[in-house]
Amino acid sequence: MVEGRIAWTLISPAVSLFVVLLAGPTVAVFALSLTDWQLGSATMNFVGIGNYVQLFGDRVFWKSFGNTFVYCFVVVPGSVFLGLGLAMLIEGVGTGRSFYRAAYFLPVTSTLIAMAVVWEFLLHPTVGLVNVVVEQFGMKGGDWLKNPDRALFTLAGIGIWQSVGLNMVLFMAGLKSIPGDLYEAAEIDGASSAWERFRCVTWPMLGPTTLFVTVVSGIRSFQVFDTVEVLTKGGPNKATEVLLYTMYTEAFNFFRTGYGAAITVVFLVVVLALTLLQVRVGEKRTHYG
Amino acid sequence: MNRRPLLGQLLRHVVLWLGLVIVLAPFVWMVSTSLKPPNEIFSTQLSLLPHKWFAAENYHKAFTKVPLLRYLLNGVIVTAGIFALQLAVALPCAYALAKLRFRGRDVLFALVLIGLMIPAQAPAIPRYVMLYQLGLLDSYAALILPFAFSAFGIFLMRQFFKTVPDDLMNAARIDGLGEFEILCRIMLPLAMPAMLAFGVISIVTHWNDFFWPLIVIQTGDLATPPLGTLFFRNEEAGSDFGPLMAGTVVITAPLVLLFLAAQRRFIEGVTLSGMKG
Repeated sequence: MVEGRIAWTLISPAVSLFVVLLAGPTVAVFALSLTDWQLGSATMNFVGIGNYVQLFGDRVFWKSFGNTFVYCFVVVPGSVFLGLGLAMLIEGVGTGRSFYRAAYFLPVTSTLIAMAVVWEFLLHPTVGLVNVVVEQFGMKGGDWLKNPDRALFTLAGIGIWQSVGLNMVLFMAGLKSIPGDLYEAAEIDGASSAWERFRCVTWPMLGPTTLFVTVVSGIRSFQVFDTVEVLTKGGPNKATEVLLYTMYTEAFNFFRTGYGAAITVVFLVVVLALTLLQVRVGEKRTHYG
Repeated sequence: MNRRPLLGQLLRHVVLWLGLVIVLAPFVWMVSTSLKPPNEIFSTQLSLLPHKWFAAENYHKAFTKVPLLRYLLNGVIVTAGIFALQLAVALPCAYALAKLRFRGRDVLFALVLIGLMIPAQAPAIPRYVMLYQLGLLDSYAALILPFAFSAFGIFLMRQFFKTVPDDLMNAARIDGLGEFEILCRIMLPLAMPAMLAFGVISIVTHWNDFFWPLIVIQTGDLATPPLGTLFFRNEEAGSDFGPLMAGTVVITAPLVLLFLAAQRRFIEGVTLSGMKG
């Protein structure tokens, strides 16, 4: 079949690169996680689940795993509810809609590393803008990044700052798809206050969107790395050690390749689980429109 | 909604402006600090504009201390290289998946969908090992080649090609055009909007990517903008804030300007990739 031959010519570059760059390496991560290999070392021994046994017995790993979840549990609700609030506020204004949308979206596209350096300056204990403002109100600011009780939440705050604009835009798309006559119907049925209209119409109609935005935010915040590397290096005292950062230090600073691969596998499993959830949620979303 | 109570409107604007003050504060303060002399930066008196303009000194120092322009140029080379490669690989594949009938098509499309799910950090270790063995670490190739295959690009373009009516291609075939010519002369011009959306996503992703350059680049001259920012910060040891902020202004400016120039496309594009996670 001529068409088949042409088709395979057209797709063969993509297929070979898929194997070499994506499928192969992803399978290789699983294989490497079963060895004791260190980059540059001449020997590679099969150790079975040895790396995983070591990993699950390692306090730093559990700390890192827990921190990653704490980070997500702050960033996801924070950025989802603020995103929803902003979307509703902006949808309701008469003028300036596209201005507000663009302004709140700005942190999403700006280079996070550069902005992290700016945040480091803003959070400087003595001359940083944050503490200068806080002290104008007669409170003590303290150290945002070196205080172990606070550092992870500071990073989560930056995470919310960065992602709220994206959630806002996703919610704005969701709000547009709610038919206006539903609000009129609710009003006739006695939903007179704004809160009741929100409770009876907006919130239930946005249900699928909210679920979807939540899962997408979860996937994104689970991959937190940039701010940790620039601002805290996992410290102080492992207070901001997160999964990708642990993976990075093990695999690329200590070159414990096999061990790093095992952490990657754990990371991949969680992200894939979240992604499958997203696909199921996405299917639901298309059904409801 | 055409009834807009004045008070409610006013309240909305007040809340939105208060929020904006917080969200935009880092950008405003970054620019403001880049214009100030050290004594004003270290004063706790808040003022947006400097009493004594120090912009020339700060920016001059930023450009001479580290090769900022070189970082930006690297960013352009790397993002352009990645996007060109991704297009060259994705377009023919997407066209075949959308418009040609052949055995294995459904399996291949399923593989693309699986590819969409894999986060970029997952294949990092084996990719690094491959580059190490090829002696390609610390080079443009190390920054560009690993991203030549974009499942998202193939998916996006395939969805687009699906919407092009078959009659158009059939007419071209009757006129004696081959599949390759159909792709180049008929499909590509039509696909411009989809390619632009893909371009926005690809460029924003790779211009801002930090994880991969951090792993494969050691030499300062090859740093992309985010990695260069880190080099600059480490060089400064966190005390000379004026030039440092001038540097971050220069590093963030290209994407911010691009965003302001093409807001709608940016928001649509990045939202699309947000869908993908």
